[in-house]
Amino acid sequence: MAVDARPSPPGDYDVVVVGSGPGGLQTSYCLGRLGVGHAVISADDGPGGMFRRFPLFERLISWTHSSADVPRDSREFEAHDQNSLVADEREHRGLVAGLLAEDRRRPAREEMEASLHAFAERAGVAVRYGARWTATRAEGERFVLTTDDGEYRSRAVVFAIGMTEPWVPSIPGLGLEHHYVSVESRPGRYRDRRVVIVGKRNSAFEVGESLIRQGIRELTLVSPRPPDLGRLARSPLRPWYLTPYDEHVRGAPGRYVLNASVERVERIGEGYRVHAVDPTRQEPLVLEADEVVAATGFEAPLGDLPQLGVATVLDGRLPALTPTFESVTVPGVFFAGNVTQAAQGLRKHGVASVSSMVCGFRYNARILARHLAESLFGLRQERPLVDPERVVPYLLSELDRAPELAMQKGYLARVLSASAGELRDEGILPLELFVDGETDGVAAALEFDAEEEIRPVLYVRRGGLLREAVLPPHPLRRYDALVYRDALSELLRPLLAG
Amino acid sequence: MPADGVADRLAQLTLFADLRWPEIEAVAHTFEEEVFGAGQRVLRQGITGGAFYVILEGEAAVVIDGQERARLGRGDYFGEISALTGGVPVADIRAETLLRCLSLPGPELEPFLLERPSVMLRMLQAEARRLRDSNTWQ
Repeated sequence: MAVDARPSPPGDYDVVVVGSGPGGLQTSYCLGRLGVGHAVISADDGPGGMFRRFPLFERLISWTHSSADVPRDSREFEAHDQNSLVADEREHRGLVAGLLAEDRRRPAREEMEASLHAFAERAGVAVRYGARWTATRAEGERFVLTTDDGEYRSRAVVFAIGMTEPWVPSIPGLGLEHHYVSVESRPGRYRDRRVVIVGKRNSAFEVGESLIRQGIRELTLVSPRPPDLGRLARSPLRPWYLTPYDEHVRGAPGRYVLNASVERVERIGEGYRVHAVDPTRQEPLVLEADEVVAATGFEAPLGDLPQLGVATVLDGRLPALTPTFESVTVPGVFFAGNVTQAAQGLRKHGVASVSSMVCGFRYNARILARHLAESLFGLRQERPLVDPERVVPYLLSELDRAPELAMQKGYLARVLSASAGELRDEGILPLELFVDGETDGVAAALEFDAEEEIRPVLYVRRGGLLREAVLPPHPLRRYDALVYRDALSELLRPLLAG
Repeated sequence: MPADGVADRLAQLTLFADLRWPEIEAVAHTFEEEVFGAGQRVLRQGITGGAFYVILEGEAAVVIDGQERARLGRGDYFGEISALTGGVPVADIRAETLLRCLSLPGPELEPFLLERPSVMLRMLQAEARRLRDSNTWQ
């Protein structure tokens, strides 16, 4: 009988991680460095997750500036590179930059997949591929995952399963066969066709742009909500490919971007008739089309987790999460990767986290791994004392340079706890944990304000009383200026006095 | 929740009772759905950048300076005072059960209401009742 050489056979583990996309790899990497025993299982036959399939037409919308003037293996480079996973060892950092075609600033799907292969291999992330998770049950304090290979038991499970299953709202006549993922990439396939795209998020504009390039006759994007163009900072997945909108606004024949809800899609011979209602108009809109595309988004493949009691949000498309990425209803069930976008944070001024993107969730994974190590396995990490003389310059340099704060604005913060005049570095944490907690100390974050200006914001709690200080923006985003030094000194004086 | 669940639930709430179905659907797409576990905070006393929330399901506590002052349930809403006056929330809102809400960022509430006078009137009536009741009690 052949011996199965794959790692992590079925059995008992402290933690089981499901998924081998960037979220699963980053979580496994971080758990490993903290000494938490775990298995990683994946239904795929190699690493990459969503980047084995998506995006279908265009490059990613996140940047990797290979020519940045800081070393690729430095922490600062992470702000120049939204796409690489993060590592303690310098040789595993910034891998996307090394794989990007010359003169490109945004990776193609293949480059992204290659970088994840490289990370898994070089950083030694061991995954059991071809092991599909099929069912979940709770047995006392442990969870049992059924897979193709057998049963896995663990105290905590981290589902890094992506939000990549096609999702179509219940509109009569609109089905999964119309979904974005079914759009054929064969050149010329849509030439001279009339296409209605249901949706106005990034994937709708992406496919629209691609179809325009093919020379389609008519393109209509339709959904109830106007495109998020005025709120670039607030929406990480805002439209990037603006040709369809630009041509609509300028009145190009056969280019329409409509704010209307689609009532039903009727099949007429070889084509379609799409019935839509614009609440500001009396009569319904009837759109004749040869093709209909549902760019209506994706859902997380949660399997039987809702039956286990996992509460969901967005029509069941995502699990509802605590600030430490745990199901709000089933303790021990955790999530990593782009599903962590369901952990809302403070959402001040309506600004969402960027946890839907690698540049956001790579840091969430680090936080999750530490949380698991400390809360479940007693692997308490050090909180170094910060020299009182160095507190202000330290926080200013974090505001200036910490990639976690720059990427996850309004969501992650550098937190110092205070006790009897001593300050300790608690690390990078979700801001919500500090604001809604009781620990005295300070949290430093970068945030968008209501006008989408980036501002440093300090939260100081002393004697249980929380104070928020929103500091002025700086045109070059440099926070070592005197105005910030003075403000921080003033804010921190009571904490340092004990 | 099924795909059309949010719009269906909105249609049952007093605040949106005068809207036609396509308008209800547009409202469902304008708001974000947020779900909180018991004990999680939704709005924070004294912190800027809050939003307007409508409760679809569950119960929340209004907490001022650590003291619980009131309970809110399905169809109730909060955050409108700070959203409309530009101030900070004067209370914490804490989920007491699993709490499902729809939210709209504070600065977007005013244009939202101006486009929907019937919703504005319903809100004004509710605020007037609150004012009357608070006067009666004092």
